[in-house]
Amino acid sequence: MQLPLVGVTVMLERNVLQVYPAAESVVGSLHMAHTEWRDAPELPDFSLLKRLARDQLIFLLEQLPGKKDLFIDADLMSPLDRIANVTILKQHEVDKLYKVELKPIVSSSDQLCFLIRPRIQTVKWISDLVNADKVAGRFRRYKIIFTPQKFYACETVLEEQGVYGDVTTDEWNFYILPLDDDILSLELPEFFRDNFLEGDQRWVTTAGSALHLLQSVYGSFSKVYGIGRCAKMVYESWRELMEEGEQRTRQPEFAKVFLVDRDVDFVTPLCSQVVYEGLVDDLFRIKCGSVEFGPDVTSSDKSIKVMLNSQDKVFSEIRNEHFSNVFGFLSQKAKNLQTAYDKRRGMDIQQMKAFVSDELKGLKQEHRLLSLHIGASESMMKKKTKQDFQELLKTEHSLLEGFEIRECITYIEEHINRQVSMIDSLRLLCLLSITENGLLSKDYRSLKAQYLQSYGIKHLLTFANLRQLGLLEEQQAGETLTVMESKVGKLVNDKTVGKLTDAFSSLAKKSNFRALSKRLALVPKSGEEYDLRVPRDMAYVFSGAYIPLSCKLIEQVLERDGWTGLEEVTRMLNGQEFAVTGGSSSSEARNKTDAQRIVLVMFLGGCTFSEISALRFLGKERGCRFIVVTTAITNSARLLEALLDNHA
Amino acid sequence: HHYIGATWHVLKIELYEMGWNLKDGLRECLVAAAPYGGPISLLKGHNRRSPSARPQLEIYSSSGLPLASFPWKSGVVKQLGWTVSDDLLCVQEDGTVLVYDLLGGFKRHFSMGNEVSQSQVLETKIFHSPYGTGVAILTGALRFTLATNIDDIKLRRLPEVPGLQGAPSCWAVLTQDRQSKVLVANGSHLFILDNTACTPVTPPGLSPQASSIVHMCVSFSYKYLALLTDSGHVWMGTSNLKEKLSEVDTKIKTPPKQMAWCRRPKSQQPSAVVMWDGLLIVVGECKETIQYHLDDDSILVPELDGVRIISGTHHELLQEVPGACEEIFKIASMAPGALLLEAHKEYEKESQKADEYLREIKEQSLLSEAVRQCVEAAGHEHEPETQKTLLRAASFGKCFLSNFPPEQFVSMCRDLRVLNAVRDYTVGIPLTHTQFKQMTVQVLIDRLVYRKLYPLAIEICRYLKTPEYQGVSRVLKHWACYKVQQKEESDEVIAKAVSVKLADAAGIFYSEIATKAYESGRTELAIKLLEFEPRSGEQVPLLLKMKKSPLALSKAIESGDTDLVYTVVMYLKNELNRGDFFMMLRNQPVALSLYKQFCKHQEQDTLKDLFNQDDDHEELGNLYVKASYKEQRLEARIALLQSAVDEYYKAKNEFSAKTTEDEMRLLRFQRKLEEEKGELLVGFSLHDTMTTLLSVGLHKHAEQLYKDFRVPDKRFWWLKLKSLAEKEDWEELEKFGKSKKSPIGYLPFVEVCIKHHNKYEAKKYVSKVTPEQKVKAHLAVGDMEGAAEAAIERRNESEISTVLSRCSATTDHLLMERLNRAKATAVKK
Repeated sequence: MQLPLVGVTVMLERNVLQVYPAAESVVGSLHMAHTEWRDAPELPDFSLLKRLARDQLIFLLEQLPGKKDLFIDADLMSPLDRIANVTILKQHEVDKLYKVELKPIVSSSDQLCFLIRPRIQTVKWISDLVNADKVAGRFRRYKIIFTPQKFYACETVLEEQGVYGDVTTDEWNFYILPLDDDILSLELPEFFRDNFLEGDQRWVTTAGSALHLLQSVYGSFSKVYGIGRCAKMVYESWRELMEEGEQRTRQPEFAKVFLVDRDVDFVTPLCSQVVYEGLVDDLFRIKCGSVEFGPDVTSSDKSIKVMLNSQDKVFSEIRNEHFSNVFGFLSQKAKNLQTAYDKRRGMDIQQMKAFVSDELKGLKQEHRLLSLHIGASESMMKKKTKQDFQELLKTEHSLLEGFEIRECITYIEEHINRQVSMIDSLRLLCLLSITENGLLSKDYRSLKAQYLQSYGIKHLLTFANLRQLGLLEEQQAGETLTVMESKVGKLVNDKTVGKLTDAFSSLAKKSNFRALSKRLALVPKSGEEYDLRVPRDMAYVFSGAYIPLSCKLIEQVLERDGWTGLEEVTRMLNGQEFAVTGGSSSSEARNKTDAQRIVLVMFLGGCTFSEISALRFLGKERGCRFIVVTTAITNSARLLEALLDNHA
Repeated sequence: HHYIGATWHVLKIELYEMGWNLKDGLRECLVAAAPYGGPISLLKGHNRRSPSARPQLEIYSSSGLPLASFPWKSGVVKQLGWTVSDDLLCVQEDGTVLVYDLLGGFKRHFSMGNEVSQSQVLETKIFHSPYGTGVAILTGALRFTLATNIDDIKLRRLPEVPGLQGAPSCWAVLTQDRQSKVLVANGSHLFILDNTACTPVTPPGLSPQASSIVHMCVSFSYKYLALLTDSGHVWMGTSNLKEKLSEVDTKIKTPPKQMAWCRRPKSQQPSAVVMWDGLLIVVGECKETIQYHLDDDSILVPELDGVRIISGTHHELLQEVPGACEEIFKIASMAPGALLLEAHKEYEKESQKADEYLREIKEQSLLSEAVRQCVEAAGHEHEPETQKTLLRAASFGKCFLSNFPPEQFVSMCRDLRVLNAVRDYTVGIPLTHTQFKQMTVQVLIDRLVYRKLYPLAIEICRYLKTPEYQGVSRVLKHWACYKVQQKEESDEVIAKAVSVKLADAAGIFYSEIATKAYESGRTELAIKLLEFEPRSGEQVPLLLKMKKSPLALSKAIESGDTDLVYTVVMYLKNELNRGDFFMMLRNQPVALSLYKQFCKHQEQDTLKDLFNQDDDHEELGNLYVKASYKEQRLEARIALLQSAVDEYYKAKNEFSAKTTEDEMRLLRFQRKLEEEKGELLVGFSLHDTMTTLLSVGLHKHAEQLYKDFRVPDKRFWWLKLKSLAEKEDWEELEKFGKSKKSPIGYLPFVEVCIKHHNKYEAKKYVSKVTPEQKVKAHLAVGDMEGAAEAAIERRNESEISTVLSRCSATTDHLLMERLNRAKATAVKK
């Protein structure tokens, strides 16, 4: 399969030069990327993490010998599938598999095993099952496997429900799922809401343990940077684990680690994504590295599930491209494929035999993927080149630029009034609020009232949540942090005020986006032509209109080897930045090794594909590579849906 | 060496000349000596009952050095015994068992049950099993009561022995099939008692002359049993009574004082020791016995690999001669080890014979065997000089071997150094090498710690390079726990001493030491010590115990471990009254959010109380709104919303209050209409309600909502526009467009018609569109000319470009020329 692809690439280049001069730069840049890639450091083999997780799971299942039925939390189904498929589970005497639905169960097995996230309501459901069995005089064995860890609160529930002695519990320390060569996910979407909205810090140790796991498998780090309250806590938790464990002096596999809280940058995940992978996620929702393309894409009557990662040769070439380039690229690719097929003509038997055995399979595979991606990008073009989408993008860009705000408000108002999209309207409102440091009282009230008319007053709760996170606020005269402090100060002693201030800081924090944007040059000067086919900087992931704040921070800190010179920026971001030299004695001599050019970036609260694309671009520019560790892949819809209150 | 006997060899060596000074020796004493060279306890005059002359309890090391001594003030003691962890058990007549440490400190007491205390203790045996130390009691009612592990007492009363009239002639405790059983002899009958049954058994081949079994003993491993009959025969066999090993006639018919097995592990020979007054007889496989005279009252202490004999003046060890020693030391031995020893002796004398001996060994290729023998023999020797001689010989032999693995030699040297140190008179732990290997270094260290021999323990740990965590740190921890109990020193001095000594030791948990301090009533010292604990999480449990709840909570939060925070919160919830509890949470936002999360799922009402306490009316309002959505019944739902409204007003959040009131009105309106028109409406948003009403033609009702709920004109126009277009009611749409000036302009009219593929209707509105939107409108209906006209008229460059981009090069050639000209002038302008 390797050989024919090289052939295709070469031909691709020639054809393009002759026939489609316009597309030259696209392919040229892709090709250049390839040559640079060769110089890029090798990434560690993360499949080891899967093996570790699988072995532990098998061990745990064998702790309950004999046939058993396995109940799995719905959101663990896909991650589990990446680790151990049904065949493996069956080999370890799992009889039937069920999804946890928090409803009464139908199982005749004498042994029930539950593989769940440590959530109170699930444990409560299990307790009810056990108690129901008791009433019915039915004897079974129950085992709960919590992943990635168990929480005391869950055990309290078992105790309160009087089933503590009837159930055995265990932990499956499945902290990290490698989604791709450079994407590791904790698959904990609830991290965002729990940590940032509810102030529940229980996942902090989980994130710390994940880093500790990476460190113990792949070696230590020479430098750790971070920004955000949660990042700091995660680092502390990780450091404690490091100190408890054995000190191993191993060649580090990563040079640096950067920890960043999602609430440091809310603007980026709220923007419409326009690079291919991000757009696929926005439109079709990528779940655990795989996407289901519906009939409109497959141009048949059935849906097809596709894994989207670097194994897919077509996808890996377009995933980071601006979608306006993708269609042209794909159709060119299709022509080349045809040429490759056409080679058959004029072959003798021997050549044909060789062709069929060596090339045809690869070509067919490529053909299949190509037609899927062409279908997807067609469907994208249909939806996204419409005037509506163009206007939406225009509004977003105006907001980022701070230009024609009145028009933007009118647009948002119409968007709400016409009930175009519940989530998109909310997204625009949030973008407006963050970029403008809150809405004028008059606008805030009128927009909120209209939103409630469109979507119901249950969104009063949504608005309360958005306000608490600082995503959507009313500009208030005078009500600042100091006022809050003095209010609270009357109630408690001085020592706790500091801590309270800390806790309230997210509440009263100003986004300072405009000033930050100016300081870090996030928004390129308007009016300048931006050739999306030849990206100049990371702004290309948002059509040249905006460089993601999170990625810009990473770039700046790596460049300066710390936060020096960024004092103004960190002040506007509410401080909480840190830079620590790691445990491994990093000698200068090692600087040249591959490992020194690998940077691990951990997003606490989720990261978007646009950010990953931006970091990949940055890596190519700087000759290094980024590995993204995230609590979950997010996008504007997931971020906002997590803040709705309809789940309770 | 004392070699006694002819056909098999038993070795008796002196361990110590006893350091104690006992006036009457061991006469009239209750004596118990712990195995593995453990301590010895004596109770003199234990049968005395008068308070004026209390018996004295004394504890000594194996070398007879005093460890503790105190007058016995409790009840009559029937039996003394030692646990596996060197604690002294004193079993009283009433079945109470008192536990002391080996320095005489009282630890605790427990009872062997009502039945025992009522019928009193007749006889007692203390035994060891894999489950710990056990106590077996024969009561005055001739029943047995058993506890297999005194650390986890489960009393078992064994079944009755049939035909038992008085005390049985003898009995013993066995461990078989993971169960403790009692073997009882009543005359010539033998029974095994387990939990459920009393089974008569017959030892195979027991000499028929016997009419009664007068004594019995079980080996250290519980594998073998020896029975002594009134005819003076010793029967030896397996304890499961399946096999007889031998039977020997002692020719003495008086009952003995004590009997014990004397056998090393893996030995082929059965051998037991029977003791009468002044006489000790060793019996084995053959008919001959070895007799040994005793000067003084003695006791036998069975060990894993022999028997210790303790008298008023001496402490001796009786052992079967180890194989390696016998091979080397037996006269004229030609064993490789013996030759090597000889070779080395000659070598030291610088004699050529050394070479001859060596060659002899090498010719048989037995040099490594010779080295091995010497090393092994050294391990069994108690005299350091003999050990050295043997080890030197081994070392000498090793020089002539190229690939001999050094581990055995090195570890033997180390072990012997440790053994010699603990065998020292001042320490008094006479362990053999076999015992040492069985007990492990860990346990030896523990034993030294029990004796408070901390420096020696640490030295041994360092010498053996025991990992710090299991070695030095563990000893230091015990030291510190001991130190904090010393009442005469001040808190500051102790805290300082502890921190200095423990400073760089790995794996020390200051919390454990602090707990000890707290348990000895020194709270202040405990708090001081906790300060040294770097893991804040470790401080929490003790702080809670000491009722320092606020400190515990902040330490838990500091640790970043939410589980720990949660533990404290749950503890406080039960400990404090609700008001104080809420108050404490209020000062700790992290704990508060955690508790709120819990309440959300488990205790909704508590959540309400929490917000109430804080006067957080905003949150209360939100809580009611949320509750209203779970409520199915409309009235209840409205009631909840009313509560929300009240709270919002209290929170001075007029906006939310008004909105919620609107919602209540809307719900009532929806319900009314549902009843009247049968349209499902309840729960819809205002927008959706109006959409539904318009789509089913209830225009008047939609208009009513529009007026009542201050719906912006724009929204209403969008709604109506969309609804009419969907029904393709073009006539009505036209009327609506003319009803007044459209607040949303007329471009939406054009677009909605096009969306429903009605170009004809769309065109009607193009002329009404504002000049800014003209181009768009023309383009929407596909009128290129009109679009071009409008754009040129407005001289707007970007609009001209838009039109140009939509022109087709083939059909709109002329138009493009015009547009390009206009564009040029527009740019110029």
